[in-house]
Amino acid sequence: MEAFRFLRRNFEHGVHPAHHKQQTENLPIQRVPFGKDYLMPLGQHIGVPAQAVVTAGEKVRRGQLIAKPGGFVSTGLHSPVTGTVKTVGDFRGVDGRFAPAIEIEADPFATQQVDVNAAIDWRSLSLEEFIEAVQMAGIVGMGGAAFPAHVKLSVPDGVKIRHLLINGAECEPFLTTDHRLMLERPEALLEGAEIMRQKLGAEETVIGVEMNKPDAIEILKQHIKPDQPIRIVPLKVKYPQGAEKMMIKSVFDVEVPAGQLPRDVEVNVNNVGTIVAIADYFLRGMPLIERVVTVAGPGVTYPANLIVPLGTPVRDVVKFCGGLKPGSREIIMGGPMMGRPIASLDAPILKGCSGVLVFTEEQTARRKEYPCISCGRCLEACPYFLNPSRLARLSKSRMFDEMKDYHVFDCVECGCCTFACPSNIPIVQLIRTAKDDLTHRKEPEA
Amino acid sequence: MNSMLVAPAIMVGIGLFFGTILAIAQRFLKVDEDPRIEATNELLPGTNCGACGQPGCLPFAEKLVSGEVDPGQCTVSTDDNIEQIAEYLQVDAGRQEKLVARLRCSGGHLQANQIAEYLGFEGCRAAAVVSGGGKGCSWGCLGLADCERACTFDAIHMNANGLPQVDTEKCRACPDCVAACPRDLFELMPLSQNLYVQCNIPLAGEAAIQLCEVACDACGKCVADAAPGLITMQDNLPVIDYSSGGEPRPDAVFRCATHSIVWLEREQFQEQESRQARSG
Repeated sequence: MEAFRFLRRNFEHGVHPAHHKQQTENLPIQRVPFGKDYLMPLGQHIGVPAQAVVTAGEKVRRGQLIAKPGGFVSTGLHSPVTGTVKTVGDFRGVDGRFAPAIEIEADPFATQQVDVNAAIDWRSLSLEEFIEAVQMAGIVGMGGAAFPAHVKLSVPDGVKIRHLLINGAECEPFLTTDHRLMLERPEALLEGAEIMRQKLGAEETVIGVEMNKPDAIEILKQHIKPDQPIRIVPLKVKYPQGAEKMMIKSVFDVEVPAGQLPRDVEVNVNNVGTIVAIADYFLRGMPLIERVVTVAGPGVTYPANLIVPLGTPVRDVVKFCGGLKPGSREIIMGGPMMGRPIASLDAPILKGCSGVLVFTEEQTARRKEYPCISCGRCLEACPYFLNPSRLARLSKSRMFDEMKDYHVFDCVECGCCTFACPSNIPIVQLIRTAKDDLTHRKEPEA
Repeated sequence: MNSMLVAPAIMVGIGLFFGTILAIAQRFLKVDEDPRIEATNELLPGTNCGACGQPGCLPFAEKLVSGEVDPGQCTVSTDDNIEQIAEYLQVDAGRQEKLVARLRCSGGHLQANQIAEYLGFEGCRAAAVVSGGGKGCSWGCLGLADCERACTFDAIHMNANGLPQVDTEKCRACPDCVAACPRDLFELMPLSQNLYVQCNIPLAGEAAIQLCEVACDACGKCVADAAPGLITMQDNLPVIDYSSGGEPRPDAVFRCATHSIVWLEREQFQEQESRQARSG
């Protein structure tokens, strides 16, 4: 039976969007030149915002801590450039709400080099010290959700992590950051994986890579040392293969029940970018101050994979890529399936931003919406086995409370249902609306 | 022949047996319901809007009969209806002052600075979760009519400027729009209250004016011009306290450069539209 195991490497449901990766998959990662203004929102991660430890007018060095964690589910923040803190105040965030942020003006004469610290001796750190170090380094899940990495590392007593799963699926169309990282920095990835595995006490490391990246699989295989318990699992090309619960199902054939976490099935899942960030911190002493971003889409003149310092305005990134083509209409931060459009080019690149995608008139035109014909395609697409058509109908009738009975909070907004819908119903948007209403609604005083 | 009669006979027997049980139950287990509850319920509007704080009209009728609430707490019934109920139940009508929903924003398409175009489907909350819609202001009306759709009484309509206009005749002060607005802009206030702040931007000075032509820049002139204690500045916005005892007069709004504090004389946005006509 073991020979046929690969046949089961799959999860139920999901969709097959065109991957559109040819634009950037062969372009090596470049570094963007430093600009003038940088904006670091304090709430770049899921959880409690960080607390600023600098004040306006203060000189900061690249890589210096500018905000400390505001709680346990919170991370540190470091200056992406050497320069002067201009303001510490409220700025319009990517979600449209004003939130505290630190504005830094880069020093045009600085070398902008991180003083590469000596490698941190991670072997001598206890698990608690290691977790604290990861938190202070500001490392979050780089796949898009920006969930603080140290929270995943701190497992309660009695829970044993047996497998470290590294997510190199990159199932979102257009994005090629993880692909390029695997190709260009396999040593860092494997070293980071080794650090994580030993600290977690896991038995083996599994790297899941979608089969549309054969070159990455090849290079990683070449770099694995024979004594390392690392194996590479090629995965079927299917969206959302990179959702952690789907990946666990594909690789280990285990389902993570609703409301539970991967650690409940003895697995710890981390993105390729996160692992590289951990390697950068422990081997080179560099905290999370820059990330790889794919700039692509039909509206970009020169698509590219870029190393961008955090807090760089999207304007500068787009300008570096030759600017916007005429007719550009919409800019999405993240992937086309789950990313969010931004309202202003001043929006900064955040820790969780894996792509900047520019779309033109043609792709953003809203197709005419037809009534739901109860075809059931969204049900067949939903990897979480929800009933999107029913949820959309309830949301349209503003019956938000009833949606809880249909498990609306189990939805991860992956977008499969909307992709599959032949009637062009914006199902995910309706569900997002309902979730926002249920969590933020102002209850009238009785 | 005999065997044919057995089945109907058994059926009749069973029927009589259970009939007797029902008859006995009806006689000994009867629950007396106050007939006034049913009658009162008939007099109520039957919209089940929840504005009275009860889950629906029938529970409200029960509370009415037991004397826990006053008929006047139903904001939907007409005055005649309330009189009728009060008369029927022989209680005091407990007339309450008429409340209406007021929007704490006057920045429509013409005034608020637009930074992007929202392409998604129509709905304020839907726009609010996508980069906060297209307006530069993060606190103002999104103008996509969630309140119009939520309103049970057809009292809210969007005007040409993209702002909801509340029909004070039809508004029954149920909290539908208050709950629907993602920016929490609706407020229920007595119809008689004329002095009103139409801005929700907690920024001061230039920062506010950059977002919207009619933003409150927290200059504090209204505070100085009104009766002492009537208006106070909280979070860069004037807060009017009618219970302070100071007499509200239209003078307070005369020096407001952006017309973000208004003295309502007629319908909410008529004043503003005439101002546009003047300037245009």
